[in-house]
Amino acid sequence: MKPRFAIHLALAMFALSLVAMPLFTITARAADKIDPEADKKAFQKFFMEKFPKLKPEDFVNGPYSMNEDLHKQWEEKEQFPPYEFSLEAGKEMFSRPFKNGKSYADCFPNQGIGIRQNYPYFDEKEGKVITLELALNRCREANGEAPFSYVKDEMAALTAYMAFTSRGKPFDIKIPNDPRALEAYQKGKEYFYTRRGQLNFSCATCHVQSPGERIRAEVLAPALGILNAMPIYRSEWSGMGTTSRRFTTCNSQIRGVPLTPQDDEYRNLEYYLSYVSNGMPISGPGARP
Amino acid sequence: MASTIRVRATANGDITEVQALIQHPMDSGFVKDAKGELIPPHFIQELTFEHNGKPVFVADWGAAVSKDPYVKFAFKGGKKGDDLKISWVDNKGATDTTTAKIQ
Repeated sequence: MKPRFAIHLALAMFALSLVAMPLFTITARAADKIDPEADKKAFQKFFMEKFPKLKPEDFVNGPYSMNEDLHKQWEEKEQFPPYEFSLEAGKEMFSRPFKNGKSYADCFPNQGIGIRQNYPYFDEKEGKVITLELALNRCREANGEAPFSYVKDEMAALTAYMAFTSRGKPFDIKIPNDPRALEAYQKGKEYFYTRRGQLNFSCATCHVQSPGERIRAEVLAPALGILNAMPIYRSEWSGMGTTSRRFTTCNSQIRGVPLTPQDDEYRNLEYYLSYVSNGMPISGPGARP
Repeated sequence: MASTIRVRATANGDITEVQALIQHPMDSGFVKDAKGELIPPHFIQELTFEHNGKPVFVADWGAAVSKDPYVKFAFKGGKKGDDLKISWVDNKGATDTTTAKIQ
């Protein structure tokens, strides 16, 4: 082969590959396109098939839907729910005005009543996910009040009341047509399926792979509908806990280092996990063993 | 402040079934707080249910009873519409009382 011919050939092949390359990238992108709607369908189908006896709305009752004995105990417990004191405190706090005369109702659509199912939402101005807990503390700060701890007590009481007014309404999380919203969703999904901690567990290890199984004495809750019952009274905590408390304690129980409550990653996780439970009714506040 | 006592009493024939939930920290005095200091004992010592002025259930409680305790019992002789008075006294002398109608 003459050297010049070889150079020509190489050039021609290079040019060809340039033409071909964008084609490959397009097909590759189509394969891992972020498709929340398809994710949600697959996610819900997985749980329905894993537990064919359960009605879709049963999933929001967590471990109580998985085990008959627990279910009986729960029915009895619900006559005198342990979250009742917190719920009452939340109702009172919610209606009590701030020092400047405004109240929580001024910060939320529909005066904050019956809106739990729309949180978290994606704020297109800020480019981030806004959870109900975050919105509550921002409301306090905007009105010159000190923010509450995200994990329990006052925050749990407030979210308990807001969830209670939304009971039965189906989760209605929207992903706006904004690449940042899709990215937040995708990051939340990745967080959910990423293994971490000394025990090398992901969220999915317990709540997708093994719901209904026991981990020591506890029965694991299915990931589907797990946030619908938040906040919860946990007998183990002998108190109330928010979604933030659930995330941070899950992380430390797998011997990982928990993030700060309402960190971007937790907010993305809550966004993903709520979205895939779209259509499931709000059942919070809940009681858990 | 709202009452610390929730109660539900239902008459079914001769038997009245009573359920109550009481909000109280029930600190045993053996638990330490985040700073490592003992949380002083604070628990209900006596809990009384009275039906038409007559005690039907009296409990002497101590440190071993859990936080926000729940009680369930039944007694004979209650009728629908009767008053049931519930009261507790704790080791700090605090007290709370409520009256419920039997349903």
